[in-house]
Amino acid sequence: MAREYETVIGLEVHVELATQTKIFCGCSTAFGGRPNSHTCPVCTGMPGSLPVLNKKVLEHAVAVGLATNCDITRYCKFDRKNYFYPDNPQNYQISQLYLPVCRNGYVEIETEEGIKKVGIHEIHMEEDAGKLIHDEWEDCSLVDYNRSGVPLIEIVSEPDMRSAQEVIAYLEKLRLIIQYLGASDCKLQEGSMRADVNLSVREVGAKEFGTRTEMKNLNSFRSIARAIEGEKNRQIDLLESGEAVIQETRRWDDAKETSYAMRSKEDAQDYRYFPDPDLVPVSISEEFLEEIRSRQPEFRTEKMKRYREEFDIPDYDIDIITGSKHMADIFEETVALGAQPKKVSNWLMVETLRLLKEKELDPEDIRFSPEHLAKLIALTESKAVNSTVAKEVFEVMFEEDIDPESYVEEKGLKTVNDEGALRRTVEEVIAANPQSVEDYHNGKEKAIGFLVGQTMKAMKGKADPAGVNRLLKELL
Amino acid sequence: MRGKMDKSELLHLSAVELNRAIREGKTTAVEAMEAVLEQIEKKDGQYNCYVTVAGDTALAKAAEVQKKIEAGELTGPLAGVPVAVKDNMCTEGLLTTCSSKILENFVPAFSAEAVLQLERAGAVVIGKTNMDEFAMGSTTETSAYGVTRNPRNPEHVPGGSSGGSAAAVAAEECFFALGSDTGGSIRQPASYCGVVGMKPTYGTVSRYGLVAYGSSLDQIGPLTKTVEDCAAVLETIASHDKKDSTSVERADTDFTSALVKDVKGMRIGIPRDYLGEGLDSEVRDAVLAAAELLQANGAVVEEFDLSLVEYAIPTYYTIAAAEASSNLERFDGIKYGYRAKDAAGLHQMYKKTRSQGFGPEVKRRIMLGSFVLSSGYYDAYYLKALRVKAMIKKAFDDAFAKYDCILGPVAPTTAPELGRSLADPIKMYLGDIYTISVNLAGLPGISVPCGADSRGLPIGLQLIGDCFNEKKLIQTAYTYEQCAKEGN
Repeated sequence: MAREYETVIGLEVHVELATQTKIFCGCSTAFGGRPNSHTCPVCTGMPGSLPVLNKKVLEHAVAVGLATNCDITRYCKFDRKNYFYPDNPQNYQISQLYLPVCRNGYVEIETEEGIKKVGIHEIHMEEDAGKLIHDEWEDCSLVDYNRSGVPLIEIVSEPDMRSAQEVIAYLEKLRLIIQYLGASDCKLQEGSMRADVNLSVREVGAKEFGTRTEMKNLNSFRSIARAIEGEKNRQIDLLESGEAVIQETRRWDDAKETSYAMRSKEDAQDYRYFPDPDLVPVSISEEFLEEIRSRQPEFRTEKMKRYREEFDIPDYDIDIITGSKHMADIFEETVALGAQPKKVSNWLMVETLRLLKEKELDPEDIRFSPEHLAKLIALTESKAVNSTVAKEVFEVMFEEDIDPESYVEEKGLKTVNDEGALRRTVEEVIAANPQSVEDYHNGKEKAIGFLVGQTMKAMKGKADPAGVNRLLKELL
Repeated sequence: MRGKMDKSELLHLSAVELNRAIREGKTTAVEAMEAVLEQIEKKDGQYNCYVTVAGDTALAKAAEVQKKIEAGELTGPLAGVPVAVKDNMCTEGLLTTCSSKILENFVPAFSAEAVLQLERAGAVVIGKTNMDEFAMGSTTETSAYGVTRNPRNPEHVPGGSSGGSAAAVAAEECFFALGSDTGGSIRQPASYCGVVGMKPTYGTVSRYGLVAYGSSLDQIGPLTKTVEDCAAVLETIASHDKKDSTSVERADTDFTSALVKDVKGMRIGIPRDYLGEGLDSEVRDAVLAAAELLQANGAVVEEFDLSLVEYAIPTYYTIAAAEASSNLERFDGIKYGYRAKDAAGLHQMYKKTRSQGFGPEVKRRIMLGSFVLSSGYYDAYYLKALRVKAMIKKAFDDAFAKYDCILGPVAPTTAPELGRSLADPIKMYLGDIYTISVNLAGLPGISVPCGADSRGLPIGLQLIGDCFNEKKLIQTAYTYEQCAKEGN
């Protein structure tokens, strides 16, 4: 009989913090600047430069720690991790090894198998590296230090997960907590959230863990799930054929759905960690903690409960809307501007989700403002535009966040409420389509649909279809 | 009519005397700079105090400063005074080599905070002084740009690592200089060259722009002709700098107010451990004579046991080398400085660049530091050294419960002859015994000339104070200097 295996998974999740400036200098963290335009002597490792901790980074790290039930290290330190690579201008990364800011936390995840706690071993603060660009044409490598010194936290879980499903639930949970805190936008595709998967397998019932591998280059939930499946099977195949799993770092190739070894434990570098003498230890006071605690936002569970009480919208909608902090913000702000909750929810649930899916975007990518959505809803409510026009306007709004009022005005998309003009058009349509008129009179109800269509076409869509229908019946 | 001063007469002035002469119209900042540049022209071929002399820029800046002095915009005691800066402090637009080949072409985009403070006060940078490569050494012989000779006797070393700065002050190739002190690198060359040198309390002078050697020990300080100059320079460069996390905000930086000739009741302790084996008898006699002079002027002097002195050297070389091994990683040929040619691939480029770019003493300390931080040895060496460091600090705390100042020699001997020290690095390291614990404990220490040996080589008296107690040091040193000058 085949042996049964259990998969044991722990995660190292890097999250880029949403600060205006870098962790140890005043340079901007904004994405997409000209190469090396967001740099200074500190983040390019110039001789004589010194790091100074950005307090915002500490605030975010502590907020995430509190929200994940961690103990906050009241006296924490930064350490240097020494390794040579050109993306790392000092050839050491400032990180935390000995006294990380948060320890011993957990989050609760929910899967089909129920609710489970996933332990958090630690959360530490560190700096991101620059970016190497290999120019094949010129046969050289260039380095851009705009990302160098962008603040990160690394959340290290305990090896508590047993399936891809649990891993995804854990990541979703972390992402929501962090987004709700405003500590990061957590976009996997853009790299503001990155997960490395530590995985081992063992026979069911075994007490010891198996030898683990670390999988890198996972930039979507889908690739994480596939990589877990792939690595689990690879390790089981090795064990089944009597071979050993080697402790190593592997890189996932999502296109090929396979991974390859990057480096084994034997070539693992000695990082020679030691406390960074340029930074003073951080003492976290009770007042500081209290302030961070008092600033903790309403998290998803509380928000869902409140929505159920306050808004008359289906649980399914509440689930989707609160599944993204950004979407929930848009929903609440639009409602606050006077729009009916049910209408707002409809726009988010139908058109927004459709466009996000079509364009392969995350809810965090939504760019239209609550003001504009509220205006669009008002335009439909007052029947100034019909629903077809409204959807067209929404698509433009989704792309460019235009003001629907002025857009409708400029493009002449307003429903014509001029009874005389409408009556004239209907009369013309009737005159031009004698066959359909005859069909209608012969009892073919469907013929009126064709006539409504012709009228809308002649009106360039700017008519209220119900009104046209009523008028046609009257004139026929 | 302004009374003009003769240039050689001018060179003998202290920094504050020169400033006074400029303000009184007896000379100008430009004349002072011209005099210094002529002296460098005359002497530096022999002494090699400077790596870089910024002659034209210095003259142009001196002219600007002179205008500001005349307009009443610059009124401080260093306005118009030419200063030499150790070549491990960044100077915007001016070559900064750390006396290493690996930085042979490095021109910083910003100036060190201490240099900026001096420039704001109207001091004018002449150029950059020679040093032991990356401040690693005690003789200025590890420089990639030649040895510096001791102006008191050119066959002898000037000490180090701030040997170029000390020698430039002694040779009147500047009116004062900045040095940096990680284990004695200001005080020891000051002692060897017969000038005043002070290492302030850790955190008093910003380290921003100082190319780091041992970050937790490095401190910038003055090398001057007199204690009065020392106080004026320290008052100018001490600042709370938000760019340096280890910089301390302190209110008592009016150091010149301590220039008072009075040591009545001053409690001075001499560690017995500092007078024992290894100490040259002539140095010992000169230091004890200085102590007697202070006692004769009302100080209460006694000997005591400091303890832990023998642990200072291994502790220092463990911590400083560990920090240095990491601090010097950024010199890799990628972003600035020397890059080896004909390297196949990244790894070889790193290896060749660093093999060719660093000298033997720097490599020795990088290897030592990498070793003590490596996995499996960290606890046994680095962590243990940090614990001993804390114990050494405690021993000083106990001493300062009883004494206002600790008095002793700066170095066991006077300046050795050129070419004698590097062959036996351990012996060279042992020469740091009296200066090193001051850095480990973060304390201020000053070296004041207290005579010469039978060969005419200067001897330095070291006074050590409790943290933030520079004023007591300055007062004691000033009193000693004045009494010694007056011969009483």
